[in-house]
Amino acid sequence: MKISGMRMREKLIVRVIARALIPFILLFGLYVQFHGDFGPGGGFQAGVIFAAGFVLYGLVFSLADLQRVVPWPVVELGVALGLLLYGGVGVASLLLGGNFLDYKVLDSNDAMQGLHLGILLVELGVGLAVSSSMLAIFYAFAGRREAR
Amino acid sequence: MIEHLPALQTVLPLLAAPVCVLLRRAALVRVFAALVTWSCLAIAFSLLQEVLRNGAVSYELGGWAPPLGIEYRIDVLNAYVLVLVATMASVVIAFPLAGRELRIPKERFFLFYALFLLCLAGLLGITITGDLFNIFVFLEISSLSAYALIGLGRDRRALTAAFSYLAMGTVGGAFILIGIGLVYQMTGTLNIVDLGQRLPPVLGTRTVWMAFAFLVVGTSIKLAAFPLHQWLPNAYTYAPSVVSAFLSATATKVAYYVLVRLLFTVFGFAFVFERVQLTALLLPLSLIAMVVGSLAAIYQTDIKRLLAYSSIAQIGYMTLGLSLANLDGLTGGLVHLFNHGLIKGGLFLVVACALSRVESPRIESLRGMGKRMPWTMAAFVVGGLGLIGIPGTVGFVSKWYLVLGALDKGLYFVAFMILASSLLAVIYVWRVVEVMYFSDEEQAVERHDAPLSMLLPTWVLIGATIYFGFDTELTAGVAEKAAAYLLGGAS
Repeated sequence: MKISGMRMREKLIVRVIARALIPFILLFGLYVQFHGDFGPGGGFQAGVIFAAGFVLYGLVFSLADLQRVVPWPVVELGVALGLLLYGGVGVASLLLGGNFLDYKVLDSNDAMQGLHLGILLVELGVGLAVSSSMLAIFYAFAGRREAR
Repeated sequence: MIEHLPALQTVLPLLAAPVCVLLRRAALVRVFAALVTWSCLAIAFSLLQEVLRNGAVSYELGGWAPPLGIEYRIDVLNAYVLVLVATMASVVIAFPLAGRELRIPKERFFLFYALFLLCLAGLLGITITGDLFNIFVFLEISSLSAYALIGLGRDRRALTAAFSYLAMGTVGGAFILIGIGLVYQMTGTLNIVDLGQRLPPVLGTRTVWMAFAFLVVGTSIKLAAFPLHQWLPNAYTYAPSVVSAFLSATATKVAYYVLVRLLFTVFGFAFVFERVQLTALLLPLSLIAMVVGSLAAIYQTDIKRLLAYSSIAQIGYMTLGLSLANLDGLTGGLVHLFNHGLIKGGLFLVVACALSRVESPRIESLRGMGKRMPWTMAAFVVGGLGLIGIPGTVGFVSKWYLVLGALDKGLYFVAFMILASSLLAVIYVWRVVEVMYFSDEEQAVERHDAPLSMLLPTWVLIGATIYFGFDTELTAGVAEKAAAYLLGGAS
């Protein structure tokens, strides 16, 4: 990525600020993820924010650097595992005697605890799948020029 | 576990898709995907049996009671469509993938199966759910995977075909969503059965009329009803043949189901056919589709494009049955859903067989193939007879009911048009048959038919078009029950 003739990674300010910001972006992503059951937020938004941290890294440094951190197979795995985690919670509640995605049966003593656990795991699945999908889309677009 | 079959019907293929990505090995994934699809078929059949024996089945997702919670609700109509979709998927999944028709290398074939299972999950989901918004969600799942499946075609034009389908499909999806939003605003419910009860008091409002227009036009785009069919010919022509076979036999059929469900269960017979007078619009458009689709098919040089235009004509028959809105007409439309699925799925598989030995899908390149690939080409002839509607094939059964429905209403012209467009079908089928069997060159050709692994699934479908031409218990019998059930309160 180039700005006014210079590669972005050669710009000191961009590099330093990005380095400083990325941990906070990831942290904020996690906050939105785990805050989702009590307030605004949830897996989808968290997934996008979390992936945005990685995308920023890829933009400022390079796609190759990013792909060293998160290789393509990991992204593919993330998409699949996220969906499986979501569906797995549904199947688990099915096996525990409830209907599909009936979280209440996940905790045998306290239905509220079960609900809480269920939504937490489902949102985690969503977060994983969404952040991996965002990265997959970024890889697909950013990798086009290099593929030629 | 048996009471959870409705949930498993969609959950099984949905969760099998990511498992395909984890398994990766093409041979392994293929067996796994086939097992999952066949289990879906078994589930669909047991649901149909259950519905026929004990009436509608309801399943509460997440344990939340409808109408607030999402409900899977299976009656005769959608059990019948579930069986259709699962049957087609089961046959197509057994068909070996030909590398020369796909743009991905063999080590990425698992992606095809993952997409296929997602598409299947979406189509089954649309059909099984009793929640209008859930229909939209599953519609997007099936459509997005369908765009990707079409884009897998080797020809580069597959990409533009997939993109224009995406553009049209997104417009259709957005219209459906707007319609859903408007009826939700008026009634405060998304449950289909609940909507059917809460809409009548507000049917006079302009909001509901708008909702009706958006929903009907949106589903008609997905259905490729004339004149909203522009995306279909390219999509079916450039997609890999197995994808064309699967989508032509299921995707438009499920859209037809959604339309029927909207018209009869949500808005109700009295509103749709007496106040809005939908017949006045749908009947002429269906007739035009039958004629224009068949005429366009006659002039095609590409066999897949020929079949695609013929699909537009056949969709015309289905919407014709719908617009007649009497027992025989609706039965005809619904039975043609199944019958055309068998015929067109079978014929596209024939093309896939042919493409294993022939370079291009141009009709010219099939010259003399009647001798070289006797079994493949015989399958085309039998399927073609079904398209025409020769007695003894399924096509005859559908047209019989449609003609009865038209005569019942005293629409002799419509009955005549059904027969006339069958004659047009004779022409476009004959054009291909002539090239295959009656070429001038008299040279000794070696028999080199498609492999048995391809011929077997093809002949299962083509054989079924003959079998169900005689034994109409499963098709016309159930379709008639569904039609009677839909018209129950009305006529």
